[in-house]
Amino acid sequence: MQINTPFFKQRAHDALADENLQKALGNLKAGFPEKRAIAVDRMPEFEELRNQGRDLKNHILEHLDLYIEQFESKVIENGGQVHWARTAEDANQIILDLCKQVDAKTVTKGKSMVTEEIGLNDFLEANGVQPVETDLGEYILQLREDHPSHIIAPAIHLNLEDVSEAFHEHHKRPKSDDPAVLMQEAREVLRDKFVAADVGITGANFCVAETGSTIIVTNEGNGDLTQTLPKTHIVVTSIEKVVPTLEDMTLFLRLLARSATGQEFTVYNTLSTGPRREGDQDGPENFHVVLVDNGRSEMVGSEFQDMLRCIRCSACMNHCPVYGAVGGHSYGWVYPGPMGSVLTPQMIGIEKGGMLPNASTFCGKCESVCPVKIPLPKLMRHWREDEFQKHLQPKAARYGLAGWAFMAKRPALYKPYARMASWFMKRLAGKKGRIKKLPLAGGWTDWRDMPAPQGTTFMKAWKEQQKNGEQP
Amino acid sequence: MSGTNTSMSRAEILGNIRTGLNRNQDDSQRQQTVANRLATKADNLIPGRAQLPFTEQVALFKAMTDEALAELIELDSIEQVPQACTDWLSNHGIKQLISASDTELTALDWSPLDQQQITRTERVAQAGDTASLTSSFAGIAETGTIMLHSGSQSPTTLNFLPDNHLVILRRSTIVGVYEEAWKKTREKYSNSMPRTVNMITGPSRSADIEQKLQMGAHGPKNLVILFIND
Amino acid sequence: MVNHMPNSSSGPRVGLFVTCLADMFRPSVAFATVKLLEQAGCSVEVPERQTCCGQPAFNSGDRKTTADIARQTIDAFDGYEYVVGPSGSCIGMLHYYPEVFDPSDSYYQRALNLKSRSFEITSFLFDVIGANALQEQLKLLQFNHKVTYHDSCSGLRQMGIKQQPRQLLQQVQGVELEEMEEAETCCGFGGTFCVKYPEISNRMVSNKTDYISNTGAHTLLGGDLGCLLNMAGKLKREGKQVEARHVVEILAGMTDIPAIGEADYDLAQQL
Repeated sequence: MQINTPFFKQRAHDALADENLQKALGNLKAGFPEKRAIAVDRMPEFEELRNQGRDLKNHILEHLDLYIEQFESKVIENGGQVHWARTAEDANQIILDLCKQVDAKTVTKGKSMVTEEIGLNDFLEANGVQPVETDLGEYILQLREDHPSHIIAPAIHLNLEDVSEAFHEHHKRPKSDDPAVLMQEAREVLRDKFVAADVGITGANFCVAETGSTIIVTNEGNGDLTQTLPKTHIVVTSIEKVVPTLEDMTLFLRLLARSATGQEFTVYNTLSTGPRREGDQDGPENFHVVLVDNGRSEMVGSEFQDMLRCIRCSACMNHCPVYGAVGGHSYGWVYPGPMGSVLTPQMIGIEKGGMLPNASTFCGKCESVCPVKIPLPKLMRHWREDEFQKHLQPKAARYGLAGWAFMAKRPALYKPYARMASWFMKRLAGKKGRIKKLPLAGGWTDWRDMPAPQGTTFMKAWKEQQKNGEQP
Repeated sequence: MSGTNTSMSRAEILGNIRTGLNRNQDDSQRQQTVANRLATKADNLIPGRAQLPFTEQVALFKAMTDEALAELIELDSIEQVPQACTDWLSNHGIKQLISASDTELTALDWSPLDQQQITRTERVAQAGDTASLTSSFAGIAETGTIMLHSGSQSPTTLNFLPDNHLVILRRSTIVGVYEEAWKKTREKYSNSMPRTVNMITGPSRSADIEQKLQMGAHGPKNLVILFIND
Repeated sequence: MVNHMPNSSSGPRVGLFVTCLADMFRPSVAFATVKLLEQAGCSVEVPERQTCCGQPAFNSGDRKTTADIARQTIDAFDGYEYVVGPSGSCIGMLHYYPEVFDPSDSYYQRALNLKSRSFEITSFLFDVIGANALQEQLKLLQFNHKVTYHDSCSGLRQMGIKQQPRQLLQQVQGVELEEMEEAETCCGFGGTFCVKYPEISNRMVSNKTDYISNTGAHTLLGGDLGCLLNMAGKLKREGKQVEARHVVEILAGMTDIPAIGEADYDLAQQL
């Protein structure tokens, strides 16, 4: 996928001016945070589940190599195959080769952010294999040649009208603006695709080391049809998804549904363990797991290791006021919102991804809803440290900071400077108590007034008052 | 070709992780920790919600399936299943029932279907099928979830492809939480797993259009639980 | 106004962390803080060597400057039983100091120690001094207006400040608290964020001012001047008739001073 992250600011500007997008983003709050809050209220142990989720993920990461090896051996024991992909290119090539082995013309796909990350669809298409997205949101996007703007509600940036247009154009049926009719249309059109596909590709929410199982979590059932009907099932997942046991997986399932959609439980939680067994009447004959690294193994032991705890629930973006203002496409690559602001620089480089960890007020809402308590603001701050060390921040910002730091480290200079600034702004404001336009602070006064200071500093006034023995 | 890539990748990935963890020397303690965790299969926190006497677990199960928008029909015995299927199918104008071939299903007297000219076929599901009937392995009270295992007589496609899924659940198989269902699964398959385990909570749905919930996305539009009070 | 006699009290000796914004923009907030601390029986001192908490450097990724400022602040506040300031964000920054030092650094332990004795003012009054510590003084005050309270992010999520200011406010006669929608959502200030990403910040503060004016409140209250300057500036620009004040101004009975961004008030001339 094309990297547009360096243009975050321009894209955010466009997004804020896009009325349709703003209307669509208006659905976010009722769609996610409100439902999550209800679900959390109904689970008195939720906070303790979060603590356990955090601790368990930390345990897994400390033993990640061993759990992956165990998972691999169990998959093989069950008759499946495991393929390791260091990079996105490796992963794409492995998947293409697997498709070619069964002479695949079309593959159906369940929703998978890892395949977005590696740009699988474009690669397959360029090599003569037609991928068909089957998640309703992803399907809509594929028709529109669009990309997800959210990790679990990929088409959240669209309105009913957009879907209606796309379906009318591609399905050649009468135009409808009834979501139920549109969904029925997609259901009918995709039925044939499910049956005709040679290969089904899904992601995995978790990989269970104990059993060699992969699990997908969906509400539509598309993932199940994708993986059950074709001859070959390819699970494309990433190395940090491994969990020790079914019990451990269960802890995360309880956290995931509530954090993601505010459901008590997602409709379909499906474990796949190897290929079709002897006597089975359906199920795939071939079962492959592609373990994608793509920068993750470098995060182990680094200051970004905590990010590998992420279970891709989307709570951070659902609650993020910046995401809510500009939507996912502004972030310019696959992963939006706070989790994307940490992960994207790791995958595309801080030189290109630096805008993202800066686009945060560090309000901390993301961390407060994260089911595995990832300190997202702290990790974004680490990226800013990386930028600072590499001198990647804009010159004005660097010099401004250096000038300020010079003063802040010298109280004797700082105090008169603060007094001067207060006096100066006070004069600018005149009698009105506020400033309409402040030189060098256009970022502020273009949008809001600058309330006037009270004319001198506290430090000065305090000193005077100490002398006089009375408060002003 | 990819074979070479993948083994090189494997070494690099595992090497990176071990370097990151500073573990290049003696690993025996970590290995022991991992082996213990895999062997113990210890529970994590189990929510209090479903830690109830059995009758209350059953009540919770019913309440949660209702919340998940599944339909629940109570029957006194498995022998009543053919009539219940007939009633439900004819009420919905459906003339076809694709069935799993477990012995508990095949053993039943299916003549009530004939009276309504409903055909019953034992096979995997195909596109266009309107209704299926399967057994199930357990009901989980915590969230009103049904667990189904795949097997030679219970193909997975029956759970997803038809428009309506009728599923038999025996009251005696209700458990409080998922963990109990895993323990039962391990017992039945001697610590192995069936090829597919489905945990199903209500009928298929999607909110991908404007975050408004629509029922019946790709899986069944109706999930009908034939609840046997055994 | 009240007489101020330093070191006259037998209560705890408190070092006031003024904060840059109170120092430069609204000294009356720092004076109100002093007044409340003294009413609570503390003796208050204002260490000369303090400047800024270092948050701009910390959040810009400049760890060296952050550590330099942290050392300066730790030194400045050495020996005080408590360090109190009118901002959850700045005091929150003091709580981050242990993160900027290596545990082998001699300042690491001192940073932990500073963290353990530094408090935001409403949290100090309510959690340390006690819920009813100011009962007598507060019930003599009158503020006959509907108010709404914005929970600033660091105060709320880092420092756990939610009920403290509300409980104290409710002891003032006439205060009617009307909660706004999304009181806990960021106002878009975010330090340098509001100048780095002004348009996004503007959207966030515009949402906020809508929620504020929907309550019909006469006064917006909060515990952090950064957020208050942002919201007050936006309210003024939109021509909305809502006043904005730091909560300590109400608690200290200092509402005769014009609200943030309101008509002329020159402290310099009163000295």
